[in-house]
Amino acid sequence: MSNSEVIVVTSGKGGVGKTTTTANVGTGLAKLGKKVCLIDTDIGLRNLDVVMGLENRIVYNLVDVVEGSCRVKQALIRDKRNPSLYLMPSAQTRDKSAVSPGQMIKVIEHLKEQFDYVILDCPAGIEQGFQNAIAGADRALVVTTPEVSAIRDADRIIGLLEANGFKQMDLIINRLRMDMVKRGDMMSASDVVDILAIPLIGIVPDDENVVIATNQGEPLVGSDSPAGKAYANVVRRVTGEEQPFLNFERGISFWTRVTGIFHKV
Amino acid sequence: MRRFFRRKSSRDVARDRLKILLISDRVNCSPEMMELIKVDIAKVISKYMKIDFANMEIQINAKKGARGRTPVLYANIPILDLHK
Repeated sequence: MSNSEVIVVTSGKGGVGKTTTTANVGTGLAKLGKKVCLIDTDIGLRNLDVVMGLENRIVYNLVDVVEGSCRVKQALIRDKRNPSLYLMPSAQTRDKSAVSPGQMIKVIEHLKEQFDYVILDCPAGIEQGFQNAIAGADRALVVTTPEVSAIRDADRIIGLLEANGFKQMDLIINRLRMDMVKRGDMMSASDVVDILAIPLIGIVPDDENVVIATNQGEPLVGSDSPAGKAYANVVRRVTGEEQPFLNFERGISFWTRVTGIFHKV
Repeated sequence: MRRFFRRKSSRDVARDRLKILLISDRVNCSPEMMELIKVDIAKVISKYMKIDFANMEIQINAKKGARGRTPVLYANIPILDLHK
């Protein structure tokens, strides 16, 4: 499949929701009938398998594939619920230096033949793990929370992605609390978009259901919870569909439409 | 009007801190260097008029271009007396 997309989910700062976003966007795309492969590129600290609830099925991993100890197909784990969704787990007992950007590109080239979407869960930081994760990607989802430290790191990541020739970068603002924004105790989505100056693709409210879903190892995309609805919208926008912003997202949608930031150049 | 008397909200504080932080992050220019630039600008302007150095501000902002990332140096220099 030549028109497959390779998307890296990145943030710079740790703990802002990269893995949760990867799991939910991937699951959501699979639910739309797309063939999706998720790759956990965080070597030494794998997490995506746990969030997906697939930790008991791992036999081979990304490092095994790269080193030629197994075929690509052998390292792919099929999702419990969605037959068109696969996970390539990372290695837990190795470190970043086990994989190079060139090797990542080779693995991704192979996967592109079979999948509509290849989604890479990027490790925190800007070192080799980051370089590996972005090497084969052609677009990026930048995840941030409305906090000074996370936005600062996101800005740095956007600069690095630009320097690496990325043309399409979209912003996901995670864990927004509308009640705090109204009180003036949290930056609003439009504050964040103003500062980072890349197109907004989704706002995910702070929702305890995310924790519950992670406990159970089942991404909540598409469920009736606020975050589940928000992720479902992100997924539709990732496929290029226009999707109106939800209630908690309002106030920004109008503004961003007026300033034109939401429209892709 | 009430907003005028109220203390700055933590949201505003965060936004202001971030803007200043990102200026130095983006241009790779330290606060010390910004201070040196500020002093030098003040020296030059002071040759011609009396300025309020204490309330002078300079900052590098991203100009809203196609990508919103062209840096621009802004200087806000209150003048106390136009004729020295």
